[in-house]
Formats: sequence, C-alpha cells, structure tokens
Amino acid sequence: MKALAAGLGLIAYIGCSSFFVYYHPQSVLAFLLFEASLLLIYYAALPQKAKLFLSSLVLIFLMPVLGVSNGYYLEVAIQVGIYVALALGLNIVVGLAGLLNLGFVAFFAIGAYLWAIFGSPQANQFIAGNFFPLSPWWFFVFLVLSIFAGAFTGALLGLPVLRLRGDYLAIVTLGFGEVIRSLVNNLDKPINLTNGPRGISPIEKPPLFFQPVLQFFGFESAAASLYPLYFYFLVLFLVVVIILVTRRLNDSSIGRAWKAIREDEIAAAAMGVPVVRMKLLAFAVGASFAAAVGVLFAAKQVYINPESFTFMESIGVLAMVILGGMGSIPGAILGASVVTIVNLQLLKGLSLWLNSLRQSGIVLSLPLLGSFDLSQIPAQFEPAKYERMVFGLILILMMIFRPQGILPPRQNSERSNGAA
Amino acid sequence: MEFALSILPSVLMDGIVLGFMYALIALGYTMVYGVLEFINFAHSEIFVIGAFVGVEILLGLQTSGSLAALHPAFVLFVILVAGMLCSGLIAMGLERVAYRPLRSAPRLVPLISAIGASFFLQDFIRFVESLWRNTFYLSYPSLDLLETSLKFGTAVEVPIKSLLVIATALLMLFFLYFFVNRTKLGIAIRSVAQDPATASLMGIPVNRMIALTFFVGGAMGGAAGILFGLQYSLVNPYSGFFPGLKAFTAAVLGGIGNIPGAVLGGIVLGLLEAFAASYLSILTDGAFGAEYKDLFAFAVLILILIFRPKGLMGERVREEGA
Repeated sequence: MKALAAGLGLIAYIGCSSFFVYYHPQSVLAFLLFEASLLLIYYAALPQKAKLFLSSLVLIFLMPVLGVSNGYYLEVAIQVGIYVALALGLNIVVGLAGLLNLGFVAFFAIGAYLWAIFGSPQANQFIAGNFFPLSPWWFFVFLVLSIFAGAFTGALLGLPVLRLRGDYLAIVTLGFGEVIRSLVNNLDKPINLTNGPRGISPIEKPPLFFQPVLQFFGFESAAASLYPLYFYFLVLFLVVVIILVTRRLNDSSIGRAWKAIREDEIAAAAMGVPVVRMKLLAFAVGASFAAAVGVLFAAKQVYINPESFTFMESIGVLAMVILGGMGSIPGAILGASVVTIVNLQLLKGLSLWLNSLRQSGIVLSLPLLGSFDLSQIPAQFEPAKYERMVFGLILILMMIFRPQGILPPRQNSERSNGAA
Repeated sequence: MEFALSILPSVLMDGIVLGFMYALIALGYTMVYGVLEFINFAHSEIFVIGAFVGVEILLGLQTSGSLAALHPAFVLFVILVAGMLCSGLIAMGLERVAYRPLRSAPRLVPLISAIGASFFLQDFIRFVESLWRNTFYLSYPSLDLLETSLKFGTAVEVPIKSLLVIATALLMLFFLYFFVNRTKLGIAIRSVAQDPATASLMGIPVNRMIALTFFVGGAMGGAAGILFGLQYSLVNPYSGFFPGLKAFTAAVLGGIGNIPGAVLGGIVLGLLEAFAASYLSILTDGAFGAEYKDLFAFAVLILILIFRPKGLMGERVREEGA
C-alpha cells in the first residue's frame, strides 16, 4: 500500500515538474525541480525494479523530450553527465581508497587529447602521409584505447608516489596535474604534438550510424539536431557503465581492500591486503574513467585547449565528491549535479540579473547609505566567474560541518566519522 | 658559449632574488608544518594579500599625489609593515575559522579545508578588487629609487630592487631566527612543535602559540608578497599559486619544519629555476625553452619526496600521527 502511494506520488511529481519545465522553458527553478525527481526516486520506499523503471523513464524518455523543446537543458544535462562520470572516477581514488588526488583532471586531459590529436588533422603534423583525421568510427576504438591509456598513466603516476603519506601524495598529484597541463601547453615545439595554447580543432564527432534507421522509420532529422541527443545518450551510457563497474568493485574484495586501506593502512597490510597493488588499481581505475570521459568531451566540444584542464577543474571535481559524500555513488552523482547546475545556471543567472539591473538605470536610495545608481555596478564584477569561491566554500563548510557529505555511503552510516 | 658566460652574473642574481622570495614564503609553510604537521595550502593567498595591500597603498598615495613627496624608504617601510600586519592577521583569522575546528580530524580533512580556503580567498580578493577598482590586474607604480642600479666594474650591474629584496629578506630571516631561538615566545612555539600535550601541561597556551605561529608565518608571506610586487610589478588574485607551490617545494627540499632548511631550499630552488629559464634553450638549441622552468620545481619535489623525504637539512621526521 505504502509503496503504491509513494509510486503514484512520484509519478504525479514527475509529471507536474516536466509540464512545468515544458511550459516555462526559461525557468531554472522548474528544471531544478525536475532534476530533483531523480533524488526523490532514489529515496522513495519503492522496490528496486520500480525505481529503475521510473529513473529510466525520466532519463531515457522525459529528459530527451524536454531537451528537444529547449536545447539548453540538454547541454546542461550533458555537462552534468560528464562531471558525474568524473566525480565517480575520483570517488574511487579519494572516496574508496582514501588517496587524495589533486591532479585528477590530468587523466581527463590525456583522454581528450588522445582523441583530439588523432581525430583531427593535428596528427598530420608529426606523422607523414595524410591519414588524419581518422574516420568517425575510430571514435569507439579510441574510447576503449583511452581506458587503457588512462589506466596506464594512472599506474605510472602511482608507482613512484604511493609510498608517500597522504598530504604529500596530494601535493605530488597536484604537481603531476600541472606537469601534464604544462606539457600540453608547450608541446607545440620542437614537434607540434598538441598545438600548444591555441588548442586543437576541428575534432571529429562519433558516427551517426543510426541515421539510416531513423530515416527508414520516417524520421527526417538534420545531423545538427541529432548530435546533442546523441551525446546525451552516449554520456548517459558511459555514466551507467561507470556506475555498474563502481558498484561491482565496491561490493567485491577489491572494494573492501580499498576501504580497509582508507581506514588504516598498516592494519590492512597486516591482514594481508596487497596495499601497493590495490592503491595502484584504484589510481588506474579512476584514471581510466576520466580518460574515457575525456574522449567524449573532446568529441562534444569539437575544439579543446589547455584551459579546460586546469587545477581548478581538479578541485571542482573534488568539491563534487566531497559535497555528495566520499565513497558514496549516489553522493558523487548528486554532488556533480548540484555543483554543475550552480555553476552553469545559478551563477550565470546572477550575472544576467546584474546586467539587467545595470541597464535598468534605477537609482537606489538607501537610508543612511545615500543613493546608489545601479548602472554604476562595476562591469568586471561578474558572478559567473566566481566558480572558485563556490568550490572553496563547499570544501570549507563541508569539512567543518558535515565531512561525511550529504549522502554518505550506506554501510558506513553508523560510523561517527566518515571522512578520509 | 661566450654569451652563456656573459649572462651568468645576472642569472645568479635573479636566482638569488627568487630564492630569497621563495625562502620567505617557505617559512610560513615550514613553521605551520612544524607545529601542526599540516600543509597550509592557503598560504599562497596570504602572500598575495600582502602584495595587494602594498599595491593599494601605493596607488592610494599616487592618486592623492603624495607618493612623490614622501621619501621612498619611508613608503617602503610603511607598505611592508602594513602588508605584514594584514597578511599575518588574515592568516590568524583563517586558522581560527577554517583549521582550528578540524584539529582533531583525520589529517586529510584540514588539508581539504585549506584548499577550499585558498580558492575562496582568491576569488574574495577578486571580488573586492573588481568592486573597488573594476579590475583585478594591478601593477605596482614605479618608485624612482628602485629603478636605478649599482655598477660593479664594467660587466656586473645590480638593480637596487634586487638588493632591496635580498636585504629585506635577510633582515626578516635574522629577526625570525632571533625570535624563534632567543625569545620566550619562540621557545614556547618550539615546545608546542615538539610536543603539544606536554607543552600544554607546562602551562604554555597551545592555541595562542599556534595562532602566533600563523601570524608570524603569514607576516613573512605578506612581506614576500610586497617584495614580489616591487620586483615583478604585476599582481592578480591568482598570482600566488606558482610561487606558493614552489615555496612549498623549497620547504620540503630543505626539510619541512626546519627554518634554516627552508632558506637553503628556497635559494637552491631559485637558482635552479633561474638557470633553467636562461640556459635550457641554449643547452637544447631552442627545442625547450624557459616555459619549462616551472616543471623543474615539480620534478625536484617528486624526486626529493621519493629519495630523501626528510629533505636536505631535515633530521626530525615524526611518525605518522593518527
């Protein structure tokens, strides 16, 4: 009975919020309410299968339909998906194995540049013959390749640094992230590998192999309108795969070994956990997720440059993991969604609002403070640019008030201290 | 080859100036680490705050027209004191708000909080400056006194600026050494570093000593920020990142927790970087240039942590705390 009521309530909520989004395409609030339906599904007292059905209904059917009516939402959803995948990758390293990796974005960059270099004319610069860009079909090959490339570089970084203590490890990984960014930025000479700060474009998109099928069923659609949907489903697919892999790992002996290392490395070693191998594995798995998302990111962006892979991105992903709860899969998803939406919608919304205030020419007269002409708001004061402040506040406030995050991992919920 | 030799004196000079600047910043990292075993990641922003206080005072004096009327030495003294005070106080406040509540937490927790504080302060400086000046890229007004240089013989020319950096840094280091080793407060700080519990039993107010450590370290960072501004002129809220990271490397290189070690590490790193910046492109025939100089700091950091984690002068490495 209870489950039925919850189910009906949820369906009603999803229906209402999607109508709201459909008829108020400009409203941030409506979209947030719609996104919250996934969270409600997660919390609802429903059987697993019903939850799965409802969330796939939202993600596979409603989201694309709403996205077609307003392309901006689809773009937001793709970005959220990319960050969710990154956060899930970092969650393995930081959350499960307890290794603070501050250079995580380097692996993302490795994946992105892997496809960018070979999926664009860039590779002609150093490989003779006019083989590049590779055909779009190679995208899928590179998606798989990037998993190995990420795992390899992750293990490569891990080998020398894993003997280090927690905080030193953090600084060295930070250094590694900067080394990769600096290499990407400077390897346009002596051989032009990465085209330096100018970045690489145009990068090939994955093939629209299903277009003939659509045509067969009478859907005539241009490539330009198909790509956002296509990328949305690719990201969704990748996120689902990552979630499944993470869950299986989490419940396996590997996951238990990671958690044992996180809680007490010496005790874990004494109990026969192969500490070094497990730490390397954590680095490699996290890195391979990030690299795979990188390939997708490069294909979606068409143009990439080193600016997308700064230290700030690493900390942003860390803030997502910490906001959601270290070691928790739903936490990483929630954290990534909230932070991305705050950055993309709330901060931008504030910027637009300030702009409209500036143009309105209203003169505020405040008691005691005198009058203030709103058109005098400094033009350099752009709320959209304050991502660092958001990340910083999240990190400090979460550490002080709720170190275990918003959605701490379930099996650990009885522990008083869930952090690090 | 002749060219390589002819630039040697100026490269050495650049390296030493850079090295003293890193040394001053490294003191903040090393003192805090010595007391709390914690990397104060936001120290690079404490350094930037010093630089911004200096530039704001100079620009204020310039617009009021009194910059030319005042004696440059007096102006320098005023901005140094103001920058040190502000940086020191903000470092103390940061400790109170963002670190003290986390002192008993697992060791990665305060580090994450410090990273957050670093990011928050960067954008906070940007926030204040863009409201106040509508730009956050500021440049130090030039002081005539600093633009001249002393000539030794025919080849060697030493800018007054560089001498000022070295002299100020030496003075600070001397005072710090005296403070830590010869005064009661310094002895109290060292006792807290050795064993906080016992120090507390001996009647030393541990919290106040930790706050004092942050103040002194922050003040040194603020002074370094002002010297950085005077030397390189351009400052923005994000310009602390690389100097901070390199100064941390210097602290680790010299042996973290060790004050003379931080100075040695700073100078070694500064020289290394100056040499890399000037000679890398000569050595590799232009294939790799000065743009790789930043990588040297990281390479040094990684190598030192792997092969000699206690650093060049470190003797005391405490076992991992719970």
